[in-house]
Amino acid sequence: MRAVITVIGKDNVGILHKVSGICAEYNANVLEVTQSVLQDMFAMIMLADITEMSGDFSALVDRMDSLGKELNLSIHTMHEDIFNSMHSI
Amino acid sequence: MLNVYDILETIRMIQDECLDIRTITMGISLLDCIDTDIDRACEKVYEKIVSRAERLVPVGQQIEKEYGIPIINKRISVTPIAMLCGACPNQNPVKFAQALQRAADTCGVNFIGGYSALVHKGFSAGDMALIQSIPEALDVTQNICSSVNIGSTKSGINMDAVKLMGQIVKQSAERTADRDCIGPAKLVVFCNAVEDNPFMAGAFHGVGEPDCEIHVGVSGPGVVRSALAKYPDASINELADIIKKTAFKITRMGQLVGSCASKELGVPFGIVDLSLAPTPAIGDSVAHILEEMGLEMCGTHGTTACLAMLNDAVKKGGVMASSTVGGLSGAFIPVSEDAGMIDATIAGVLSLEKLEAMTAVCSVGLDMIVVPGDITPETISAIIADEAAIGMVNSKTTAVRLIPAIGKKEGEMLEFGGLLGSGPVMPVREKSSAKFINRGGRIPAPMQSLKN
Repeated sequence: MRAVITVIGKDNVGILHKVSGICAEYNANVLEVTQSVLQDMFAMIMLADITEMSGDFSALVDRMDSLGKELNLSIHTMHEDIFNSMHSI
Repeated sequence: MLNVYDILETIRMIQDECLDIRTITMGISLLDCIDTDIDRACEKVYEKIVSRAERLVPVGQQIEKEYGIPIINKRISVTPIAMLCGACPNQNPVKFAQALQRAADTCGVNFIGGYSALVHKGFSAGDMALIQSIPEALDVTQNICSSVNIGSTKSGINMDAVKLMGQIVKQSAERTADRDCIGPAKLVVFCNAVEDNPFMAGAFHGVGEPDCEIHVGVSGPGVVRSALAKYPDASINELADIIKKTAFKITRMGQLVGSCASKELGVPFGIVDLSLAPTPAIGDSVAHILEEMGLEMCGTHGTTACLAMLNDAVKKGGVMASSTVGGLSGAFIPVSEDAGMIDATIAGVLSLEKLEAMTAVCSVGLDMIVVPGDITPETISAIIADEAAIGMVNSKTTAVRLIPAIGKKEGEMLEFGGLLGSGPVMPVREKSSAKFINRGGRIPAPMQSLKN
């Protein structure tokens, strides 16, 4: 089971650090990160293994949501199944 | 294999294009709650619904969070209550409506549908009592929806029921005149009603269905419109292909949510209803899809053709995406719930006659249409008869949900709020249909061969 975490917004110091910090807190292993910074816009997609995670997935979602609000970024944390089912036959 | 483009497309659909699951609806059979003592029957109804559906709302919320997809409503549909009324005649069926309301409050669901009667060929013991109690039931409850099936392709149209429903719709509006006539907004008159519909106000749990099951109704007009907007010069068959692909993605999401809910709740998965259901929100309109196809405004000439293509393409894309498609499946055209339809009505471009033509090629019928408050019950009945005839002859579901705006005339508005939106009063013909309606009897079932 994997979670997809997307972060979009204005670039500033330590976004990756903070997001991956929360993943570590919940024992979600970061598998892959793709990110780009276009002018001052930051876009990152992170894939994390949640098979062994500690605590509830919804608690991780809440935590990421509040980080998004704090940093004024749009952060979505979603189970990978939604992307798999929508985009593959 | 996940790719960045697909991930961003899904997020854009949800965030900017109003993609959502309109409803998870749990269908519950109440046949085992029948009792000759109405109070005991009501208690059984309450207990059964609460025991089956107590986890429906929390499970819905959990799925919302896990997949990041909004689930707008959690609903319940039950066996037509008229069947329970048959066992306890001469008692007030409104007691059932109150029991359903109590169950809705306990479970925290948005609506319970099934205060219904199926009278397409005639009235059985509980049907008449239930139908006559509809205005009171919709007045004293908030979250209960009612429907009556008055015709079918196999049995024809019960014109006595059509006459009665004209009166019931009018009475229901009068009883709730102080609340923008909200009563008839929760009442649908069907021809060829389906037994597994998750959408309100017409949902009920048919007798052929299992004891308990989960249905999902998807939405997503905004996503289809945005997809079409990227191809301003495409031909019509190219547009049909784009709609199919988009409908596939939307329906896959419904399938995923439905199977998760079914697993979590330990209840069999019923159907995905792949409908394009609009809301009054900007960017969530079926009318705007038709306009994107090249109409200056919904309701002008060409509207029926565009809608026919849209409805068919949605089905073709959706059927491939789900193991069990059912319900009403297609494009909905509820006037008060669709920003584009509201604008077109105010501009005088969209008329009742055009809507009637549109219902011949799309999912349901004359839906959420506000008519002048001085409309006669016979005229309402005649509109119901016209619409039922379209459904009967074309072997499709049609429905009528008219709201007489008591004390208001053409040009004024009713404001329902929420998903029900707001509706401008539409003019109706003033010449009488009373003699036709008062004849009573039945329109015989149509020929199923020699089709022309």
